[in-house]
Amino acid sequence: MPKTSTGTKFKYKIKGLERRKFRFAMAVMIPTVILYLVLRIIPILGTFYLSLHRWNLIKPYRPFIGLQNFAKIFEDKTFGVALVNTTIFTIIVVLVSVILALLLALALKKKSRIGSFYEFAYFLPFVIPMVPVSIIWKWLYDRTYGVINFVLTSMGLKAVGWLTDPDIALYSIIIMSIWKVLGYYMVLFLVGLRNIPEQYYEAAAVDGAVGWNSFRHITFPLLKRMTLYICVIATIQAFNVFTQVYVMTTGTQGAPAAAVRVLVYEIYQNGFRYFKMGYASAQVVVLFAIVMIISLLQFKFFKTEDY
Amino acid sequence: MNKQIRKIAKKWYHIILMLGVVLMLFPFVWMLLSSFKTEQEILFVPPTFFPKSPTWNNFVSVCNRIPIFRYFINSVLVSVISTVCVLITSAFAGTVFAKYDFPYKNTLFMIILGTTMVPFECYMIPFYLMISKAGLIDTYTGIIAPLVITSFGIFLMRQQAGSIPNDLMDAARIDGCNELRVFLNVVLPLSKSALAALAIFSFMFGWAFFVWPLIITNSSELFVLEVGLTMFQNQYTVEYGPVMAGTAISVVPLIIVFMFFRRHIISGMAMSGMKS
Repeated sequence: MPKTSTGTKFKYKIKGLERRKFRFAMAVMIPTVILYLVLRIIPILGTFYLSLHRWNLIKPYRPFIGLQNFAKIFEDKTFGVALVNTTIFTIIVVLVSVILALLLALALKKKSRIGSFYEFAYFLPFVIPMVPVSIIWKWLYDRTYGVINFVLTSMGLKAVGWLTDPDIALYSIIIMSIWKVLGYYMVLFLVGLRNIPEQYYEAAAVDGAVGWNSFRHITFPLLKRMTLYICVIATIQAFNVFTQVYVMTTGTQGAPAAAVRVLVYEIYQNGFRYFKMGYASAQVVVLFAIVMIISLLQFKFFKTEDY
Repeated sequence: MNKQIRKIAKKWYHIILMLGVVLMLFPFVWMLLSSFKTEQEILFVPPTFFPKSPTWNNFVSVCNRIPIFRYFINSVLVSVISTVCVLITSAFAGTVFAKYDFPYKNTLFMIILGTTMVPFECYMIPFYLMISKAGLIDTYTGIIAPLVITSFGIFLMRQQAGSIPNDLMDAARIDGCNELRVFLNVVLPLSKSALAALAIFSFMFGWAFFVWPLIITNSSELFVLEVGLTMFQNQYTVEYGPVMAGTAISVVPLIIVFMFFRRHIISGMAMSGMKS
């Protein structure tokens, strides 16, 4: 910049502008950082802190006990049951809903009038919150008056205690959970599919790749990123299953709580029923570690080939 | 011949899709029809499909037993206020992350994104202790507190603001706008669609939020719809008529909203998939 009087003036002006911009950035970022500290970071760190203490809400004496809470977890039978149940729940829900969603998305890829009706129908369960949906399904599943058993018996099959039979209750909740999330993953897959340029398929068709081959060599690799994302959020959500279990196990028509005990329910019980906040926090840490490890494994699994 | 087979094959896949549609919609239809049945009819074996003598009794009985409209208003309040907060915090922070420089910007952004990996259930216990220390248990502020920021919103608005040309903002500065005016007059009007998507996302999230309001509210006047409904079905678990009517009251407005804004809602929710 030439050193004329106007030049220095201009520079000075820019300096003023820079300062103004910096001030604006700070005026925004300082409150944002404070909000994040208070509403996210401190509670997250607080979980780790609590997990190392015997912390009962009612008792004022809250000593540091190191890893004793974690040692207790390994002997805790109900936690073991909850962990197994949650794992079964997650594996089935993630696998089935992701595969079904992908098939649906492939079927609905071309935009059409009827296609938007399908989108409406399949997405509706996702839009409606979990509580009313669980209440409706609880009734559909009712042993005596439920419509599902009516259909079964009228076809000559035996009635099933969908929620009352401890061997089946978990799977009933799994079916309903797949029904609930299917549309969301379908829409995400649709986004991924429609982002693949049509030319790729045309070029591949010229080379003779159609049908399964074009899916395997074009669709699948290009959809990897979206599949990874869907698998990660599906896993996180499935591992944190709570609402449907809570609603479906309450009341006399509900499922036996022990048979469908899942991790967040267990944490909720320990933390807010028995007020064992330290122990419940240790369970949270275990849950969090498991989810993190699975997510990292998924990243690894999908990153075997570069894209 | 080949053509005919193809035609049939095409039809077949539509039959499967249609079966799926029936499975998806049936629970809602069944709930609606049942809420109009009388106490006896709802327990008929075999069940009737359409109510024989439709009645409003179930709805009357819900309204007599619980303040369901109060719950409804609570849900609206919580969702609307949290949405407004999210829009404000995300728009400001996203813009600053996209268009301004300050120390540790990228580190800070990574930390904020990192918190999305931690679901609320994983820090609700310390959050509860904090809220109880602040004396906010059983208050609207307490219910809304975890909902006023979302990393997804900041991320989305950063993308959006990043797509606005710097020249446009500089032009406004030359015209004498200060930074706040640049934000209000340039960035916001150009971010309408992103803001709309974010609004839909956070409204739905706030509406369906369940664990936290369940823990933090004790008095029935502060129950959001989801919590009130759970308590209601817990108490009157065998009275399917009123329970279905209560569920219908909570669900029908959402179905109507979804019918009208289907496109926006689906693409708004799909946008959350873009963050990968």
